[in-house]
Amino acid sequence: MEKFTISVNGKNQEVTADPDMPLLWVLRDLLSMKGTKFGCGQALCGACTVHLDDEAIRSCSTPISTVGKRKVTTIEGLDKEGHHPLQDAWVEHVVPQCGYCQTGQIMNAAALLKKSPNPSDAEIEEAMAGNLCRCGTYNRIKEAILTASKSL
Amino acid sequence: MMPNFPFLKNKKAEDKSEVFVPSRRDFLKLSSLATGGFLLGVNFQCAGPKGETITFAPNVFVSITSDNEVIIVAHRSEMGTGIRTSLPQIVADELGADWSKVKIVQAEGDEEKYGNQNTDGSFSVRMFYEPMRKTGATARHMLVAAAAKKWEVSPAECHTENSQVIHSSGKKIDFGDLVAEVKDMPLPDPASITLKEFSSYKLIGKDVTIYDARDITTGKAVFGADVDLPGMQVAVVRRSPVIGAKVISFNDAKALAVPGVNRVVKIEGAGIPPGLDKALEGVAVIADNTWAAMKGREALEIEWDLGPNQTYNSAKQLEEMLQSTAKDGKVRRERGNFSTAQRAAGKVLERTYLAPFYAHATIEPPAAIAHYQGDGICEIWAPTQHPQWARQAVATALGLDLDKVKMNVTLLGGGFGRKSKPDFVVEAAILSKAAKSPVRVQWTREDDLHFDFFHSHSAQRIKATIDKDGNFTGWNHHTVFPAIGATGSTTELHPSDGELGLGCTDFPYDVPNIKIETHESTAHTRIGWLRSVSNIHHAFAIGCMMDEIAEARGIDPVKHALQMLGEDRNLEFKPETDGKYENYGEPIETFPWNTGRMKKVIERVAKEANWDQKLAEGKAVGFAAHKSFLTYVACIVVVEKDSSGKVAIPEVFYAVDCGIGVNTDRIRSQFEGGAQFATSLATTSAITFENGIPQQNNFDGYQIIRMPQSPKKIHVHIIESMEKPTGVGEPPVPPYIPALCNAMYKLTGERIYELPFKA
Repeated sequence: MEKFTISVNGKNQEVTADPDMPLLWVLRDLLSMKGTKFGCGQALCGACTVHLDDEAIRSCSTPISTVGKRKVTTIEGLDKEGHHPLQDAWVEHVVPQCGYCQTGQIMNAAALLKKSPNPSDAEIEEAMAGNLCRCGTYNRIKEAILTASKSL
Repeated sequence: MMPNFPFLKNKKAEDKSEVFVPSRRDFLKLSSLATGGFLLGVNFQCAGPKGETITFAPNVFVSITSDNEVIIVAHRSEMGTGIRTSLPQIVADELGADWSKVKIVQAEGDEEKYGNQNTDGSFSVRMFYEPMRKTGATARHMLVAAAAKKWEVSPAECHTENSQVIHSSGKKIDFGDLVAEVKDMPLPDPASITLKEFSSYKLIGKDVTIYDARDITTGKAVFGADVDLPGMQVAVVRRSPVIGAKVISFNDAKALAVPGVNRVVKIEGAGIPPGLDKALEGVAVIADNTWAAMKGREALEIEWDLGPNQTYNSAKQLEEMLQSTAKDGKVRRERGNFSTAQRAAGKVLERTYLAPFYAHATIEPPAAIAHYQGDGICEIWAPTQHPQWARQAVATALGLDLDKVKMNVTLLGGGFGRKSKPDFVVEAAILSKAAKSPVRVQWTREDDLHFDFFHSHSAQRIKATIDKDGNFTGWNHHTVFPAIGATGSTTELHPSDGELGLGCTDFPYDVPNIKIETHESTAHTRIGWLRSVSNIHHAFAIGCMMDEIAEARGIDPVKHALQMLGEDRNLEFKPETDGKYENYGEPIETFPWNTGRMKKVIERVAKEANWDQKLAEGKAVGFAAHKSFLTYVACIVVVEKDSSGKVAIPEVFYAVDCGIGVNTDRIRSQFEGGAQFATSLATTSAITFENGIPQQNNFDGYQIIRMPQSPKKIHVHIIESMEKPTGVGEPPVPPYIPALCNAMYKLTGERIYELPFKA
């Protein structure tokens, strides 16, 4: 067990953890931040997506020891009021069905829009291909990303 | 006892839906629940800023506070269909509540109090449309009476809107300001309650945004694994690798040496048959956190007696099942004489269809939290579709009376039938008792894919006869698949009447000679039900075969389906099935199988898709229609091949008749999602077994479609109807698969006889 100080949503957090513990479980179990979801543990579904600096990463496969000084942003910190343009677009298009994968989808989309504020259909499909949705909300996700990109 | 097939309506439980009849005892229960209950992480208080708040609660589903807050209880589980919005929406509309301010509270599992809570079989709206209307109307009736009395006017001159009673003079009063008067009023005679005219509804039949949209998108929504309790430990279980395997011995020394691991506990499993509501044999590692429990599990050393299923190979069984369909089977429906038709036929088409095991693969793997308290009380938080069954299963496993088990229902991160089964909830309860602390049992994706209650693999053979004049004269359908019932009983070797009623014995086409037969097979894993159940493989086979028959007869497949449905009329299946057709648990007199309604959805989808148009090079369309769960659906899928030879699905057209539509946006979303779900079943997903063990471990092996493979534009056309409402969770899936296969045939010239096919 080791002590780590990581920056989560602009706040320094000190945790004692196995260096191999994935960031996902640090967030969920040690910091009780439940917005980031567990889906596969192998970076195959994207439900656990958070940002390390501006990069969307799969927190289930990112050991705490590799986070270092990079800033972690989770769904709880994407927008203080919970009104990031993507969050508003998600509600406007009523994207969620069960909703479980959606925080990961939104975080992944937010990283895309940072890099590419006006993505094409093809860019969206490529960027979102790592995020699974079993309910099948893909088309509304795409529409919501397009809507949000217009309001940015 | 639980019904054998919870996805069919349980009539006994349905009778309890009459709990809308107001009861003072329930009012007291609800009040205590509302003030003290931990419900989806919301601990709301009835005391408001103005001082002591009083509450009017004419029944268990609705209460109104003196602060003018309208609270509606959602008693069915939310797994993505929108039911947590749709049923309260009905109550609010009848009541005249201000929807933007309605608070929805999730009910705990208690069927004595709320009536049926088994969220399965696409029957929530079907079963509760009327009771929810009466629930809202009763409260409205009482509020109007109280206001009329106060104003000394006739109740007939008053109506409700925006959580106010409004008099024809324009006078208004908030519901909240009537609570003091109305709360002790005698309850009205249910016969005196009048329901609103459909045309006056403001919410029913409209697009209404789901209640949880904002919480979901901000990460605040509480799913199964999100509940945190003080002192909670986390358990991960190494389960019997082969169903029926038993632990001979285990060494937990290395597991206990992992920092954070506190305890290792053996779970006694049910063996063979494994049952639908029991834990599997296993060894649990209980730790301070999930990661420590996972690492501890890796360090376990277990010696297993693998038992009889260790030689099970699913490909071999499927081949044997296919061979069996060439023989005479057990006759399950008969009309005319197929043998005679076959002898007289000018042409006999004989085709076989294979479909694999499917896993539910909800993105939220099973997880449940239990807190066994020393005084013999067990409180649970779980993403369960069937809270009452979970409660019973926990009570049985722990030897408790039912009333000692409190079942809190969280949101479900997908269900599709998996989370009807309470095995994971039972595990949490057993482990909390052993650990003497609250425990969350956490399944990994590998656990989920290995220990699912799978949709059964299946083999089918269909023979169709065409006489010398080109008439379609005979239909002989053989179907074989390990039955759901086999999970609970080793003597269940044939598909049940219930499973056959899902798209097989209810074959609707007007063919003079019909013979439907089944064959024996055994289950070597846990079989369950997946979104639309045996309709999946039955619709695949029938929809593809009908396309071939139309082609053989030289008739367009849409025209052929319309022709073969015959005159507009109600169909009867009981006489030809020896009285065994179940009609999804509904009397066929109340919910008839009407060919006219089916023809209407077919005509509509053909019109919307512009079926008769000439398509561009590299594009093709396929059609199928299938009624399931009492909802009529027709589907047209467009496929295209790009220059690199890759196949895409640019457009899908659906027409649906589900009677009255409650939340039209959620109807469309179920169809949009259903098309995606069915695309996975058709093109990417399969579970196979070797040595009794599923060979797919995670989403790399068990693939579901991703955004680039998804059908792009999905057009959903809802038939306007005043017929009784029926569900839409499952009906989008069955017709989509054959429509896609038929489109692929047009595109490639090759028929599809086995799922999944590679697009």
